[in-house]
Amino acid sequence: MAAKKKAKKAATKRATDVDKRVGTVTGVRTKAQQDLDKKTVEVITEEAKRVHDHILQRKKPDLVFPVRSLGNVRYDKKVGYFELGRGRKRRNLTFNSVKNFAQMLRMMATSKTMVEINDAATKREAYYNSKNWGDAKFKEQTESDTVMDDIEAMFSLHGITREQLRFKPAEHGGSVAGNIVIIDRDLETGDPEEIDCTRMGRSAWRIPAHVEHLDFRTDADFVLAIETNGTYERLATHKFWREYNCILIEMGGVPTRACRRFIRLLADKKKIPVYAFVDCDPYGIANIYRSLKVGSGNAAHINQFFCVPQAQFLGVTPQDIIDYQLREKDAVHRLGEIDIKRAKDALKNDPFFQSHKEWTKAIQLLLKMGVRAEQQAFAAYDLNFVIREYLPEKLKKKSFLP
Amino acid sequence: MVKGQGNLFGPDAEEESEGASKKRRAKKATDGSDSTTSSGGSGGSRKTAEAMAKSQREISVSEFFTKNRHLLGFDNPRKALLTAVKEAVDNSLDACEEAGILPDLLVEIRQMQGYDDRYTVIVQDNGPGIVKAQVPNIFGKLLYGSKFHRLKQSRGQQGIGISAAGMYGQLTTGNPVRITSRTGKRAKAHYFEVRLNTSKNKPEFTDEERESDFDHGTRVEIDMQAEYRRGMRSVDEYLKQTAVSNPHVRLTWNDPSGNSIVYERGTDELPQETKEIKPHPHGIELGLLIKMLSDSNERTLHAFLQTEFSRVSAKVSHEICDIAKLSTRAHPKRIARAEADRLHAALGKVKIMAPPTNCIAPIGEAVLLAGLQKEIKADFYTASTRPPAVYRGNPFIIEAALAYGREGDTMEVTDEGKILTRKKAASHETELLGNADEAIRLVRFANRVPLQHQQSACAITKGVISVAWKNYMLSQPKGALPIGPMVLIVHIASVWVPFTSESKEAIASYPEILKELKLAVQECGRKLATHIRKGKRIATEYMKRDYIATYLPHIGLGLQEILGISDEVRDKDVEILTDVLERTRKV
Repeated sequence: MAAKKKAKKAATKRATDVDKRVGTVTGVRTKAQQDLDKKTVEVITEEAKRVHDHILQRKKPDLVFPVRSLGNVRYDKKVGYFELGRGRKRRNLTFNSVKNFAQMLRMMATSKTMVEINDAATKREAYYNSKNWGDAKFKEQTESDTVMDDIEAMFSLHGITREQLRFKPAEHGGSVAGNIVIIDRDLETGDPEEIDCTRMGRSAWRIPAHVEHLDFRTDADFVLAIETNGTYERLATHKFWREYNCILIEMGGVPTRACRRFIRLLADKKKIPVYAFVDCDPYGIANIYRSLKVGSGNAAHINQFFCVPQAQFLGVTPQDIIDYQLREKDAVHRLGEIDIKRAKDALKNDPFFQSHKEWTKAIQLLLKMGVRAEQQAFAAYDLNFVIREYLPEKLKKKSFLP
Repeated sequence: MVKGQGNLFGPDAEEESEGASKKRRAKKATDGSDSTTSSGGSGGSRKTAEAMAKSQREISVSEFFTKNRHLLGFDNPRKALLTAVKEAVDNSLDACEEAGILPDLLVEIRQMQGYDDRYTVIVQDNGPGIVKAQVPNIFGKLLYGSKFHRLKQSRGQQGIGISAAGMYGQLTTGNPVRITSRTGKRAKAHYFEVRLNTSKNKPEFTDEERESDFDHGTRVEIDMQAEYRRGMRSVDEYLKQTAVSNPHVRLTWNDPSGNSIVYERGTDELPQETKEIKPHPHGIELGLLIKMLSDSNERTLHAFLQTEFSRVSAKVSHEICDIAKLSTRAHPKRIARAEADRLHAALGKVKIMAPPTNCIAPIGEAVLLAGLQKEIKADFYTASTRPPAVYRGNPFIIEAALAYGREGDTMEVTDEGKILTRKKAASHETELLGNADEAIRLVRFANRVPLQHQQSACAITKGVISVAWKNYMLSQPKGALPIGPMVLIVHIASVWVPFTSESKEAIASYPEILKELKLAVQECGRKLATHIRKGKRIATEYMKRDYIATYLPHIGLGLQEILGISDEVRDKDVEILTDVLERTRKV
């Protein structure tokens, strides 16, 4: 058949997907990174070997993935994050899967090469990189993203993350300010480079896509993870971190994987508590905070790396709406239909909220009140009320939600 | 005699030679005046019965058909040509088969010198020949023949056809029909020139002994005004269809342009010989019953019933007489009108075995298929012969066969499960098989004779349209034939085919016939649907495999890059994968 010939031709003048001569980009590897890379290459090779052996035995090869849905998620308070259940699906090589199968193997090959030469690619780059795969190329980035998700899920079973497979999320990770010195490495020499986050002027340190190699020096008492840029800016410019000896992190909505991983590494290595300060609405609670703390349902395979089980919910709590008389100040908004649906869904389906009575009560209270409050709502009293009154009181009482 | 012919033209006739039409116009004027005088009632002057009696006289059959020649299929020159060929070929084939001779026919049409619109039709057979005394009657007398009074499956049945063709030729050209007939090697051939005296319905002829180049057989030559054209409803198509339904016939066809086509035999077996049967009590009409009663030589009703009808035993006869409240010993000739009525009713009530079916010979599924395959190159063939059934006491059999798709439309699947594409045959103009976006071609046969005209009035067409073709994977506009590259053949064989007119163009829609028709066609339809589905399945599977084959090499490339295997191992992997997938995929 014509296709066969074409592919053979492509093979003979095959351009290596990632040119090995270009050399390293992400810098000198630490010993830990080298070990991890070695393992990554081994696991990729193992998977390919399994397929190859199947073929030699004249059997249809298959690939095994975890089932990715809330239904295949377990939550155990002691573990502290959503764990992947036992659900697995096997993708046999069939008419429907043959294209995906081929693309996965080719992308795995790309990944392996990148690990070997210590390079990395964004999702977008990976998509464009497929353009020299001939018939197997991706038409849209959504296709390559799906395949990437599949590979990520597959390797998560071996404890390997997407970052280790050298696919960078394009998203940036959020901003950091406060009492912390971040120790990065010089990309060329591998020498430590220290970044003092107390001396960033009006700007902040941006969390990079790859955080695994970072080290920290800090004596901060806690990390404050903030939802909105507005509140973060206020706290940072007023040097809130100096008075309360803390590290401020701006999440900018649902925290990115890098941001979650960064907070996790920081909290693990320095044994400091993490407090989340988000809007008091179902999105802030069930999406932003829940993702930060235990991970998400449809990406449960990565939660073990991308979650901060030690995080606590500082506010704004539904009780705060009452305590700070935000309703009386007319600083609240009615819950929309989507809010109500999201809240009910959290009560009904989310194993995290279900296993914490405090949360069940809080969400029920929110639904009963029928209103939501943003973290910037305290400006209803005065602009610095949040610095002067709200946060100090909350930190003093330590009445956090789990 | 020759000069007098022109007078016989009916006023309704449209196409004649120039000379003839002049005469006709002259005659028309007198006809017109005749009709006003004889019609009466419309004008002011009233006529007496005596006056009217003067213009009341017997009409000869020939005169009737001269005026109504459209009833016989001579409405226009093009159709006349085909009808003449058809009648002659029918007679030849009937004669050969009855004599147990494998037919070898020559059909030739020649343009007459000096005329644009006159042709000579020549049909020659290798049949038993015709004895000298009968030639003039057969060719020069309407309603003369052997086939009308019997119940036996044959092509001709009325005794009109060939003499009507001769009459038409004589009317349009003035020339007699020329017949050469030889009954055997030892007999001399006789050459006749026969004219038909239309007012007396009697032949006028000359004959002489002649040398002939054949041992036995008959050669008919008719000069006639005609128009020769190819395409639908042409002589060419008729002959081709005849070859399909009569694969035991060898047929040579010389067309006016000098081309010669030989349709060779598909089988050396003559159709099964059919028996003549008596009428079956079911479906006999009262008038016929009365006539049979008075014509019978039997002395008792009991004997009459048993000898004149098929499937009437002594027991059945008693039963009939009981129901009709007639004595079994009543004399048939003396059965009165009212009693005949009761007898007729009784005949319909009694349970009687279906008529014997050895009187009809279907073409047979195998022979039909052979005929189709011989003349139509297609992708798929199927045929179905129904068991005999009865309409109005006449046994009949319906057969259907179809050829579908261009040769090579369906891909081939090997025993190993591999799919091979086949070279597709190119379509050419003259073949019966239509294009995929056209209505199917329906070819109708009655007692092996192709029916060319009045397709929409025919029971066969109605039956085919009434089938829900969608169920058989063909699209079908409402109330029309389905669409598809298909030739559908339907054959009705019967001792008496119920044509809607004497020109034998369409079959009457008896419910029993429609029912059998549908069943036969549906059976073919089911097999067709299986074939089409299979074809589609294979095509889909082929596309799927092609799709798979596009990506398998990439699995090889991916593995090679990760595992660092050699090109040979990689190619071997792809080869194995292809094989494994093809094996596990069923077609």
